[in-house]
Amino acid sequence: MPVQYIYPEFEVVRNYDRCIACRVCERQCANEVHEYLKDENKMVSDDSKCVNCHRCVALCPTRALKIVKSQHTFRENANWSAKRINEIYKQAESGGVLLSSMGNPENYPVYFDRILLNASQVTNPSIDPLREPMETRVFLGAKPEKIERDENGRIIRKLPPQIELSMPVMFSAMSYGSISYNAHESLARAAAELGILYNTGEGGLHEDLYKYGKHTIVQVASGRFGVHKTYLNSSAAIEIKMGQGAKPGIGGHLPGEKIGRDISRTRMIPEGTDAISPAPHHDIYSIEDLRQLVYSLKEATNYEKPVIVKIAAVHNVAAIASGIARSGADMIAIDGFRGGTGAAPTRIRDHVGIPIELALASVDKRLRDEGIRNRVSIIVGGGIRSSADVVKAIALGADCVYIGTAALIALGCHLCRTCHTGKCNWGIATQREDLVKRLNPDIGYKRLVNLLTAWQHEIKEMMGGMGINSIEALKGNRLMLRGVGLNGKELEILGIKHAGE
Amino acid sequence: MFRNPSGCAISGIISRSGRRFSGERIVKSISVMHERSNGLGGGFTAYGIYPEYKDFYAFHIFYDDNEAKKECEIFLEEHFDIINLSRIPTRKIPEITDEPLIWRYFVSPLPTKLAACQLDEREYVVRCVFRINTSINGAYVFSSGKNMGVFKAVGFPEDVARFYRLEEYEGYCFTAHGRYPTNTPGWWGGAHPFALLDYSVVHNGEISSYDANRRAIEMYGYKCTLLTDTEVITYMIDYLHRRVGLTFGEICSVFAAPFWSTIENMPEEEREELTFLRNVFASQLITGPFSIIVGFEGGLLALNDRLKLRSMVVGDKDDMVYVASEEAAIRIVENDLDRVWSPMGGEGVIINVEEGKI
Repeated sequence: MPVQYIYPEFEVVRNYDRCIACRVCERQCANEVHEYLKDENKMVSDDSKCVNCHRCVALCPTRALKIVKSQHTFRENANWSAKRINEIYKQAESGGVLLSSMGNPENYPVYFDRILLNASQVTNPSIDPLREPMETRVFLGAKPEKIERDENGRIIRKLPPQIELSMPVMFSAMSYGSISYNAHESLARAAAELGILYNTGEGGLHEDLYKYGKHTIVQVASGRFGVHKTYLNSSAAIEIKMGQGAKPGIGGHLPGEKIGRDISRTRMIPEGTDAISPAPHHDIYSIEDLRQLVYSLKEATNYEKPVIVKIAAVHNVAAIASGIARSGADMIAIDGFRGGTGAAPTRIRDHVGIPIELALASVDKRLRDEGIRNRVSIIVGGGIRSSADVVKAIALGADCVYIGTAALIALGCHLCRTCHTGKCNWGIATQREDLVKRLNPDIGYKRLVNLLTAWQHEIKEMMGGMGINSIEALKGNRLMLRGVGLNGKELEILGIKHAGE
Repeated sequence: MFRNPSGCAISGIISRSGRRFSGERIVKSISVMHERSNGLGGGFTAYGIYPEYKDFYAFHIFYDDNEAKKECEIFLEEHFDIINLSRIPTRKIPEITDEPLIWRYFVSPLPTKLAACQLDEREYVVRCVFRINTSINGAYVFSSGKNMGVFKAVGFPEDVARFYRLEEYEGYCFTAHGRYPTNTPGWWGGAHPFALLDYSVVHNGEISSYDANRRAIEMYGYKCTLLTDTEVITYMIDYLHRRVGLTFGEICSVFAAPFWSTIENMPEEEREELTFLRNVFASQLITGPFSIIVGFEGGLLALNDRLKLRSMVVGDKDDMVYVASEEAAIRIVENDLDRVWSPMGGEGVIINVEEGKI
């Protein structure tokens, strides 16, 4: 046996007083942690394979299992954490780039948690959403600066293409391929029932899901997978993906083993070939090229679909957004560095990009300073975890938010962050048929509907407390926000005051 | 910079036939609501008071000192023909103290300057007003319309009226404001009404949409320096009416938009129009309690927030229409009313003086 440098991160603790050796855990674990010893009629586990996804724990009929963090330790070192040391062992062994999944888990500031909301007292009544109308409907899209009237003096109701949403939340881009068909179907059906949109990601749109087109944002990414005229025209909006918060500056890679028959058809590439999205769009090396793609897509869809340009939140995000706003795009989607991914190089995910709160605040301010804020709607994602984050994002200036990770958690994801292995025990980030069928879209879509219905109630409660009964009066209403424990520069960038001011 | 939430009393009187009457009546009306003010601000707008100068913009300006006046007058001379200038007549009373220098100018834009900047005349005047208010220290233009004027001060409204000798003015429309701020800079410019060109606003309430409205309107070149609701509402009216070209009725549908549930049950044409207005002018929706009276050349608009969280009563008698926070403030000047009613939340009352009567 070779030397094993890395001790398992987790320990599977089995209570043998409870275990009935029913072998459910064994069948449920795609990582093959559990094993039945027939001679002893006993279950045993290999901790080294465990990713802590809780599938076995959740399915164990006698609650005999729990997963705990291993207490095994290195000699304490403030500079060299166990994580750092283990990463070196891995690379010394493999010679490869470290891979990770889901959003940046490192201990950077979460500005949403340093921002507090206002409520009415005395001078202005709070409003009870159970007694009074409380409106969360939003329209996304460019607004005209002028109005025109017909010969009878009536306003001519001519508008660039718009998106109407029952609440300012959409499901962000997750491709068919990175997530399963059942996950996609759950998102599509939930979006349709909720009156919002979901996003295909860069993997094309499965032919069975075209019927949810009115609730679908179709993505055009650097690999152009699955992009054709019908795809574009069946949508509610088209998103050009320039970047992603989890891996700004780099492309994507769906390994050939995940490209089965259906995905191959949907992506329009041969079965079993790697689907590689280049880092840049090779027809977009500058802003004027982006403009051409925006208008190509508009031409292809008869100017009936709004075009979203999605970028990762990076240092110069405000200037880039300003350029995009002048490129003909109807909306800008900004993805923060906490945004999830099915696979990204660890160093990129953990060290590139900036927090969405700061990016949003500076983009909103920049577009207002330039007088072009009405030309585009702003959608933000990559860090929205709850309805409170939604309210704070809207008050900072967003028109709408994208949620990805939160939606997957609603579908059962336990954030074990090993999507890149393709062995998702919850049937979400996998293409293995036996695993995919564990996610029942009839249940999955309902859980998504429940989640956002709950959020909508909470958003209304928070708005009512502030004396606001329509979400448009919250947009950019930064006086409703106060920072706690933030320094002067942070407050300046966020455009908010400190609590107590 | 801080917000200045306040409760208040408002009142307005207009003659639909354009008949001019003395300022005494509005003073009587607003005085009844003494309890709604706390002496930290009061003021009036009067329309039709300068018929002899009706083609000229009447600037009312507060100066902290003669330095500011000198600097401001140089600016005025560079940009306008000054037809007439004088101190605004006041009366010394113990209730009103610490008054600034208060001057009035009747001006007309210099034709050469106006042509050179390629702006329409009213936009030119607005920009000049903002220039003075934001860059000349100690000078503040608080009234800039034609044939109208604002008179305001720190004090109870009835004292402010005596101070400005309001009874000596005759106009076809007056509005009044008594202020109950929960904090105040004690500055005269911060009193209400707030006005730009001939648009004036008196307002009672505290709008929860303030910063959304402010940040939206500042994008169009307006600078909110006072951080009061009234200021931002005035700018939104100027923007929507003068620059975008919405009617006052449409402005009501923007400020106090009907709920979506109401809009959905409307006939198609109306539904589409209101949906359009709510979508395009979403950032001008006002939430939170308010009642406002907007004065403009030839008319008056009264509007409540869509939940009617502030009281507002309207009454009429012959050609006269009265609006006030309380019915008593109407009854004191006209007890024998033809009609008296409380408009619904979001239901704008627009009174226009008959064509050609001013």
